[in-house]
Amino acid sequence: MRTSILATGFSCVALMAAAETPVLTVYAGDYFTSEWGPGPAIEAGFEAFCNCDLQFSTGDLMPRLLLEGDRTKADVVIGLTTDVLARARATGFFGPHGQDLSALTLPVAWPDDTFLPFNWGHTAFVYDTTRMEAPPATLEAMRSLPEAVKVVIQDPRTSISGLALVLWVKAVYGDQAGAFWADLAPHILTVTKDWSESYGLFTAGEADMVLSYTTSPAYHIFAENDLTKKAAIFPEGHYFMAETVGKIAATDQPELADAFMAWVLTPDFQKTIPVANWSLPSALSQADWLEGWAALPMPDKVLFLTETEAEAMRVEAVEEWRAALSQ
Amino acid sequence: MLQLDRLVLAQDGFRLTADWSVPCGERVAIIGPSGAGKSTLLSAIAGFFEPVSGRVLWKGQDLAKVSPGARPISSLFQDQNLFPHLSVAQNLGLGLRPDLRLSRDQARQVEQALVRVGLSGMAERRPGQLSGGQIGRAALARALLRARPILLLDEPFAALGPALKAEMLALVAEVADETGALVMLVTHDPKDAMGFARQTVLVAEGVAQAPVPTAAFFANPPPALRAYLGP
Amino acid sequence: MARGAVAVTGAGVAALVAALVLLPLGAVALRAGAWPSLVPGDAQTLWFTLWQAVVSALLSCLLAVPVARALARRRFAGRGALITLMGAPFLLPVIVAVMGLIAVFGRSGLVNGLLAGLGVAPVSIYGAQGVVLAHVFLNLPLAVRMVLQGWQSIPAERFRLAESLGFAPAQVALHLERPMLRAVLPGAFAVILVVCLTCFAVALTLGGGPKATTVELAIYQAVRFDFDLGRAAMLSGLQFALCATIAVLAWRAVTPTSFGAGLGRAPVVQARGAGPLLADVLAIGLAAGFLLLPLGAIVLRGLPGLAEVPVAVWAAAGRSVTVALISTAATVAAALVLALRVAQGGPGALVLDGIALLPLATSGLVLGTGLFLLVQPWAAPSDLALPVTVAANVALSLPFVYRLLLPEARVLFADYGRLSDSLGLHGAAWLRLVAVPRLARPLGFGAGLVAALSMGDLGVIALFASDQTATLPLVVQRLMAAYRIDTAAAAALVLVAISFALFWAFDAWGRWHAAT
Repeated sequence: MRTSILATGFSCVALMAAAETPVLTVYAGDYFTSEWGPGPAIEAGFEAFCNCDLQFSTGDLMPRLLLEGDRTKADVVIGLTTDVLARARATGFFGPHGQDLSALTLPVAWPDDTFLPFNWGHTAFVYDTTRMEAPPATLEAMRSLPEAVKVVIQDPRTSISGLALVLWVKAVYGDQAGAFWADLAPHILTVTKDWSESYGLFTAGEADMVLSYTTSPAYHIFAENDLTKKAAIFPEGHYFMAETVGKIAATDQPELADAFMAWVLTPDFQKTIPVANWSLPSALSQADWLEGWAALPMPDKVLFLTETEAEAMRVEAVEEWRAALSQ
Repeated sequence: MLQLDRLVLAQDGFRLTADWSVPCGERVAIIGPSGAGKSTLLSAIAGFFEPVSGRVLWKGQDLAKVSPGARPISSLFQDQNLFPHLSVAQNLGLGLRPDLRLSRDQARQVEQALVRVGLSGMAERRPGQLSGGQIGRAALARALLRARPILLLDEPFAALGPALKAEMLALVAEVADETGALVMLVTHDPKDAMGFARQTVLVAEGVAQAPVPTAAFFANPPPALRAYLGP
Repeated sequence: MARGAVAVTGAGVAALVAALVLLPLGAVALRAGAWPSLVPGDAQTLWFTLWQAVVSALLSCLLAVPVARALARRRFAGRGALITLMGAPFLLPVIVAVMGLIAVFGRSGLVNGLLAGLGVAPVSIYGAQGVVLAHVFLNLPLAVRMVLQGWQSIPAERFRLAESLGFAPAQVALHLERPMLRAVLPGAFAVILVVCLTCFAVALTLGGGPKATTVELAIYQAVRFDFDLGRAAMLSGLQFALCATIAVLAWRAVTPTSFGAGLGRAPVVQARGAGPLLADVLAIGLAAGFLLLPLGAIVLRGLPGLAEVPVAVWAAAGRSVTVALISTAATVAAALVLALRVAQGGPGALVLDGIALLPLATSGLVLGTGLFLLVQPWAAPSDLALPVTVAANVALSLPFVYRLLLPEARVLFADYGRLSDSLGLHGAAWLRLVAVPRLARPLGFGAGLVAALSMGDLGVIALFASDQTATLPLVVQRLMAAYRIDTAAAAALVLVAISFALFWAFDAWGRWHAAT
């Protein structure tokens, strides 16, 4: 009897202690928090000084936010890519981030006061040097690939990178995008629903090229010491993509959320991005990048569509893609 | 007394009436052409077939609202008298307690019943390992255990040879004597009726006639039976 | 037999199932608001969905005939094991099956390697033909089992009679085999048709592009990417109508044979001569190669990484097994109650039969999304990821188990209904002593099916699973997303091994119970 009273007393104390530690709930994409994603490093880094408990909640970001509406438990949402920002903004859930953007080192201007970019990259076609000696030198050359060359891409209707590709093509070719797709169509091995399936097919040797990112070779170089995977760099420019963080306006932890937003731009956070997420830091000068990263081939020209431009183009670009590939 | 009070059975153009009674402990053969409704009559008494009108009464009590398992009746069907996945002892045990949670005393009763019908040593066998005659014996042993005052037999031994069948009917007679049960036996063989039953019911042309003494019945068969028996 | 009790529980379970299927659909439709119109490409989507399902089902059934005939009339060492193994693809999680198929039929796969050696032009697994190939791979085992069952249900005496009458093979076919096929094949066709109609994972990878979009894939896009619930509701309504039409046309018109029973029996058919022998050897050889090579590829691909499988994989495996076992218990219980109730007949049996088959026509994704919409006022979706997954598994696998149990339940009542009644055997005692032992074989087979399919399900969990609720298929996907292709292959192998083990355990339980 006495022991049970004692036990109850202890658990009450424990509960109170737990209640005193504020919780910051961060919504993140599905890949984020697995031990192979950037989540664990971010959580440990922030909890080291925040005096709080950072809890990730993973899943599809936009469907979940829209489903939950006002009842959302999120304080911060991490991982919204540039192409869904227009839709995310339209929900009205997000408040201003309040951060000084001068620390950003993106190749494009970023005047956004709501969404804060934490990493970036470009879409690119990645190939294997052992199987492809003469990769196409330009995007235009993708239209006249040798007959046997097969490319695997992602569906713009289910994948962020797939959507980035059709916008990339649309940005370069404008009204002629449909013709580009018609020329590329015979070389498209298959269209997968997301990036990982495409990349799996590519590494299994099924395809000669895969739609991926300019930073993809970094994984092979730094994690596997494999120098045979390369991104084909095109002079027409590469489509810019960033992942962003947004603060829920109605958060019940505004100070913690602000602290998190501020921390995202610090070198402490930025240095974890390259190896945890295989993408480039958004606020870190090249001099401070991890060794070897600055040597990755990068395009000279960056194509960037504002979210308004991207949203305006999206439906038409996807429909052109669909129509050309349905022939 | 089992009383069939203006009983009318009907199904898909078939119609059978019965209006008579049998005293307790009597042995009755039910005979008639196939399709005449012998089995249906037994089904109605056992509670598997709902009459259009009329009543089945036992000792003055209407059985209409009594479920088959609760009627004062044990039935032996043409086949499927034992559950093939249960042992012989378990099949018998169902007669004492349908959930098979037998007391030690009840288990002993099962053993005795097996001995009584000549199946000692077969307790753990499955029905699939028994011969046709042994299956009949096991089913009878269960009827013995249930000790209900009415025993209905719907040609359960039709597939057995003449000698074996006679042996089984003798066993039925013993069991009936021990329990004092009223036995009604469906058969298409006059020899069964003459050897076993004091009374006989003729089921033909839509009517189950009132029982008459068997010997007299066969000595002077009615026209409907004569047509059935042939020259 | 406590008819009252069975009727009441039956009605209760049916109401639950109907609610489980219809309420989420209603929730999605309600939330959607405006009813959207079809967009360009929807007609093509509908056409492709139907086309691939019909072709896949037809091919599966046609190919199953020679294979089943060969298996029915030949005796050889390892026959039983071969039949068991050849059933395996039906239980494979689709994402894993696709990996295996690519290893064999892909551009750099085994077959094209051989063809290149022979100087023959390569074959492509991508595109419409790939979708059909994968669907045949997944469903041929089911068709073979159903047809083989049909063959073995022909009494041996008839074949002996045919032999004594000096029938030529053509006459045997005409008088014995064709009537059986006429009875069995429509059922197999209908089942596979519906499976192919609602499957989208195959078209996702092997489809080749927007040409090969299925309705279920379009629903996936609407839910997960566009979050256009109106469109999702509209499309799932479309799919519902499509499946319901087929169900009305075919599914109910046939008498399904139980495809679990009787496989252990010795072959009864005999065929003499070199021609039939050659045909049988070819049929068995080709089918075994087609079905087993991809399985082998999955094993070979996964083995090297097995030693370094991270803890997260085992944790997820534990969760998946739990989900599978709970789904199995709930599904089997519900299917048993419904089958017993419908087998009893009487008023309402037809309605209950319809309700039991209702989930066949629904989209798993819409079902899951709707469930989340329903529970969300009371709890965070991520907290309920696993319960919602269980509910979706139960709803989606119920029709299959129910369909397995129904004919056997009818036999049970026909054979032992009166005996049970006359002994006053009812309620729990009747379930324990009669129903479960008599139905052990289809119960075990059905439970194995649910467990294996629930293990591999990657439907709705992906929407809301947190790290603490990730199931094994989801972890396989996350590994792939993190460039860990080898580890993903090893985790996939773990997934396959557990799925098979669960199926085998339940099926063996059923067969053991039925045999004793």
